[in-house]
Amino acid sequence: MNSIVCLKEVPDTETRIEIRGGKIVEEGIQYVVNPYDEFALEEALKWQEKFGGKVTILCLGPERARESILKGLAMGADEVYHLADPAFLGGDAYTTARALAAAIQKLGDYDIIFCGKQAVDEDNAAVGVMLAEMLDLPHVSVVSRFEIAADGKSARAERDIEGGREVVETPLPAVVTAQKGLNEPRYPSFRGIRQARSKPFTQWTVADLGLDAGGVGAAGAKLQVMEVLPPPDRPPGRVIPGEPAEAVKELVRLLREEAKVI
Amino acid sequence: MDFELSEEQRMVREMVREFAQKEIAPRAAEVDRTEEFPAENIRKMAELGLMGLPYPEEYGGGGGDYLSYAIAVEEIAYACGSTALIYAAHVSLGCGPIYYFGTEAQKRKWLPHLCSGQGLAAFGLTEPEAGSDAGATRTTAVRDGDFYILNGSKMWITSGAIADVVTCTAKTDPAAGTRGISCFLVEKGTPGFIPGKNEPKMGLKGSVTSALSFENCRVPAENLLGQEGEGYKQMLITLDGGRISIGAMAVGLAQAALDEAKRYAQQRVQFGRPIAEFQAIQWMLADMATEIEAARLMVYRAAAMKDAGLRFTKEAAMAKLFASEVAERAAFKAIQIHGGYGYSREYPVERIYRDQRLCSIGEGTSEIQRLVIARHLLDRR
Ligand SMILES: Cc1cc2nc3c(=O)[nH]c(=O)nc-3n(C[C@H](O)[C@H](O)[C@H](O)COP(=O)(O)OP(=O)(O)OC[C@H]3O[C@@H](n4cnc5c(N)ncnc54)[C@H](O)[C@@H]3O)c2cc1C
Repeated sequence: MNSIVCLKEVPDTETRIEIRGGKIVEEGIQYVVNPYDEFALEEALKWQEKFGGKVTILCLGPERARESILKGLAMGADEVYHLADPAFLGGDAYTTARALAAAIQKLGDYDIIFCGKQAVDEDNAAVGVMLAEMLDLPHVSVVSRFEIAADGKSARAERDIEGGREVVETPLPAVVTAQKGLNEPRYPSFRGIRQARSKPFTQWTVADLGLDAGGVGAAGAKLQVMEVLPPPDRPPGRVIPGEPAEAVKELVRLLREEAKVI
Repeated sequence: MDFELSEEQRMVREMVREFAQKEIAPRAAEVDRTEEFPAENIRKMAELGLMGLPYPEEYGGGGGDYLSYAIAVEEIAYACGSTALIYAAHVSLGCGPIYYFGTEAQKRKWLPHLCSGQGLAAFGLTEPEAGSDAGATRTTAVRDGDFYILNGSKMWITSGAIADVVTCTAKTDPAAGTRGISCFLVEKGTPGFIPGKNEPKMGLKGSVTSALSFENCRVPAENLLGQEGEGYKQMLITLDGGRISIGAMAVGLAQAALDEAKRYAQQRVQFGRPIAEFQAIQWMLADMATEIEAARLMVYRAAAMKDAGLRFTKEAAMAKLFASEVAERAAFKAIQIHGGYGYSREYPVERIYRDQRLCSIGEGTSEIQRLVIARHLLDRR
């Protein structure tokens, strides 16, 4: 069971994001592995324990992402392909999926591709499914339970849908995007950390993938971010004075008429 | 001068922090309240390969450096003082002497078991009559064929009653002063080795601290650590390394106090604004942060010197002295910033205050650290 796990580095959700001139200030941001990608990696490692084979991490992102990738290796992945060429950067979900698809075609030998259901920085939730489309593979998204058949040729997945769960079967290879709850990602062990740095780590450029620099990264993006705005400040709370019975009436009136939430 | 941690050290920090925050911190208050030994924490730390982190892989250790280990202690202390003490006592005081002074056979017998975390190790130096004056050991060991017969007692031994092996000092030559002291590996269950019950303590309540007594306790002669007469020196060398870990523990606890205080000061409103806007509070926070930074650098430097194979006795004593006193001040200020709520058991700063208190006592009191430092300054070693 050879798996490819697409892993992205994202700002830690606890980082305070500062916006200056319509852009996010990158200075001082703490980066981590996208949490949904950790579910994806854990799932790949789990099935590797059962079926053998290898787990390959594929990451598109700047040089800086190396430390997050090393965490993936420390958790147990076998090798890494890192698309760190600046030409890959600054794009959108489409160019990212294109680059990843080209890398996966070049890698060739895989039974399953795991992605996070979305990256918590831009929250597009698009790369995984685009990737499936480009590779002409079936996909199952937002998966919270996953099982590979004993013969390794098909899989059964459960996905959260509005108000219920959907059970899906798919032949393999397929693209699976991981939802929270799929598993509990392991912590890297100290031994894993020590081994991580000696595992195969390959960087690929645009040319290595036979892509045209104009079709990837910022140059190829179909989407242009015009401006980034911080969420509006939350208005301060309001105290409703008076006797409880009266105050509650007033509260209900305000919730209905002003806040319009009931 | 390079102040950057290595990639591996940064990864250790990130891994232990994430693990300790998710798995250990949520139970720290409960460990303190119930005084229960946090066996589950130790089991998980063992799984992650932390219990023998700074010892070579050939003995089942992690093959890491001492600075990585100090970082691990710091991060665990940041989450739970009790767990950090159990960890530090096991790694530096428990495994340390066996690794530094054990025969090849002793290392092969014990280290894989201890480094994997299957069993804990303890260090039995202090006695009712021999605290700061560790050379005043009254426990005796008399050779009898293939055995030594131990009589006497120990006091305040961390994990002493639950460890699989305790390295204990005893006098083999009562006439020879500190040169007549030897160390023995006393195994759990040895007839005549009688662990006392858990001492009720002010803090670090999840850690088991016990008196131990030896009543004609027959220890196989092969359990003598190194040579006869070297015990005192062995213990002092072990304490040099141990002090770095107590310093690291103090830094972790101090950082926890600061972060709690920072959070609280931004939430608590008095006189119409968060108390963090009062300069008096800001100055306390600034002083805490500054002192913690200095303490951390001293602890890391002492660890880096040890890793580089340099002499670090003085630096370890300085780091331990300074860091433990910084922790005291930081915990004091954190409670001050919390006001009455800091005095309540509802907030973690009260526990941190009690937990950190040990750091200026264990592995040599602050007075003894000053004594060690002064001896180095005045060249009276
Ligand atoms: C929670 C806990 C865990 C411990 N774990 C261990 C362990 O695992 N193994 C172990 O062997 N021990 C352990 N200890 C013991 C610890 O190391 C001793 O308590 C410590 O060394 C001090 O000894 P004492 O308590 O006998 O105090 P004393 O030596 O009686 O000291 C009392 C006071 O006198 C001062 N004093 C003593 N001599 C001098 C001097 N020459 N100059 C100036 N001041 C002096 C001291 O600084 C202190 O203020 C532990 C203690 C505690 C509380």
